[in-house]
Amino acid sequence: MLEINNLTVEIGGRRILKGVDLDVEAGYTNVLFGPNGAGKSALLMTLMGFSGYNVVEGEIIFKGEDITNMSVYERAQMGIGIMTQRPPNMNGVKLHDLLNVISKDIKDAEELAETLDMVRFFERDVNVGFSGGEIKRSELLQLSAQNPDFILLDEPESGVDLVSIEQLGNTIKHLLQKDCKCAGDRCKHGKSALVITHTGQVLDYIEADRGYILCNGTVMCSGNPREMLTEIKEQGYEECIKCKLMKI
Amino acid sequence: MQADEDMRKKAEAALKKNASYGEDFDLNEYGLASEEAEQADDLEELSEEDQRTLLNVGFTPSEDNRAGSFLMLNNAVTHSSLRDQDVVELMSLRDAMKVHEWVKDYSWKLVEPDKDKYTAMSYLQDANGYFIRAPAGKKSKMPVQTCLLIGSKQVSQTVHNIVIVEEGAELDVITGCSTKHGVDKGLHLGISEMYVKKGATLNFTMIHNWGEEIGVRPRTVVHVEEGGSYISNYVTLKPVKSVQSYPTVILEGKGAFARLNTIAVAHPGSELDLGSKVIFNAEDTKAELISRTITTGGDAIARGEMIGNADNAKGHLECHGLVLGGGMQRAIPILEANVEDIELSHEAAVGRIAREQIEYLMARGLTEEDAVGMIVRGFLDVGIQGIPDELKADIDATIAKIGENAI
Repeated sequence: MLEINNLTVEIGGRRILKGVDLDVEAGYTNVLFGPNGAGKSALLMTLMGFSGYNVVEGEIIFKGEDITNMSVYERAQMGIGIMTQRPPNMNGVKLHDLLNVISKDIKDAEELAETLDMVRFFERDVNVGFSGGEIKRSELLQLSAQNPDFILLDEPESGVDLVSIEQLGNTIKHLLQKDCKCAGDRCKHGKSALVITHTGQVLDYIEADRGYILCNGTVMCSGNPREMLTEIKEQGYEECIKCKLMKI
Repeated sequence: MQADEDMRKKAEAALKKNASYGEDFDLNEYGLASEEAEQADDLEELSEEDQRTLLNVGFTPSEDNRAGSFLMLNNAVTHSSLRDQDVVELMSLRDAMKVHEWVKDYSWKLVEPDKDKYTAMSYLQDANGYFIRAPAGKKSKMPVQTCLLIGSKQVSQTVHNIVIVEEGAELDVITGCSTKHGVDKGLHLGISEMYVKKGATLNFTMIHNWGEEIGVRPRTVVHVEEGGSYISNYVTLKPVKSVQSYPTVILEGKGAFARLNTIAVAHPGSELDLGSKVIFNAEDTKAELISRTITTGGDAIARGEMIGNADNAKGHLECHGLVLGGGMQRAIPILEANVEDIELSHEAAVGRIAREQIEYLMARGLTEEDAVGMIVRGFLDVGIQGIPDELKADIDATIAKIGENAI
């Protein structure tokens, strides 16, 4: 589904990502761990094609096509969707109007909005005055309406209270594997995702297939995401950096 | 009538007095607009082209959902009709002067004839216009519609309107201003004096759709008494040579309220100098001035002014300007507090649409064009009620075009 080769990215002349190699197979959900400032968000933003993230080396292959120089719109059309950490205030753009434009069937979006208790936000300007949790629910609602094949989620659980996290986690699960009956089915027909998480809470709800640890703009390690999470919780990221240095 | 004579002399002396703002127009270059024109009793008998012109400024020729209709072509009143005589009164100002002796007490009382050459000209010509009055306690469910149309080239249309909303009454007015097809050059001078009495509400929506060589100089003053509300929407989205206006609302009674929304697009070659001013002369008065302007190559100046003269007055001013493909945006907020207990604030921002906003929508699958269109539509949407579908469609088409050209 997604193949990132030797990706090097600069923001305002500063090198943020250095030679990143990373894959996400069809139907897989991969997880990105790493300390603050490691470049995780920058990687997701680069994959979506947002301006300011300049690819100076390497390539991004999606569904077999080189999308490194494609516009945000073209990537979205090809099936990439994103939930960013801090989406902009969209003054004047009403949530319902936006859902109407992006969804194939507004009824589905309206149903999900009922479940997520977002109907009362329909006539509000998107993200304006929304709380952290409201932003997440609104983003999920939009992503569901958009129904992409490959989803980038940047810390979906941050700013969400403990009660809502279950609802959020289940919505993400539904988004990723709604029609899949079994693990084999998920690999064939499920959506792919790349998820950033610090706490790992979201992993209680979704199946995660592979984990990557990103430090200082470089992939340090990859492996079983749950094992990685336990190790990070016990030892922090210092050990990963040391380990990587030993290998060089 | 010594007073009238003195006023006349003052007006004559002011014929060469330039306005404080905006391009100066030489009145001698324009002929007087005719006071003679064929009556249009049935508006649906007008040519299709004329009907479309009316529809595009919110005036429905079928008169469906309208309490009354008034049409002025050049300086001639060609149509004045009323559906419900109990809730509203509508006629030409000259007729009103004949019907009610007291109308003269409302004439040239808020706007000074010698303010500038344009008011002087209108005064000296004894300009005609509409007279709308909602009797005390009456609430019309439907708006009154009026249209001021320039039908000949190179003329100056002079208009004088008086609107009175008596105690406890409610009135909605939609006024459209336009030119007949093929009329590109002309001048529109419009005097409007509006009185909102105790506990009354006036919703006033004005849509301008002029031509590329038309100069427009409206002069409006609104007087609001205790507990009264004045809500104004001004919309101008099409090319015009120059509009300079500075409508002023005087909140004279305790708890009076005003909200003025301005949405405007300055196309290449257009100069829009749009101000609005509120004077808080009584306790507990409130006002909001909201201006949303876009320039696609022309000049847009948004002046907002609030003068607080009474305790516990609250006002907020918002001037937002987008630059889409060249042109100039200037926001000039003025706040003045003359007493201690007052709260006036403003926010002003001019510039391009944030790239981040466009890309947010693109990431949801919208093209750049559609993303800009959606943001622009939202930017200009200040929630104006009662606009006919035809006008809405026209506004949407204009916005779509702005979106296309902005890329």
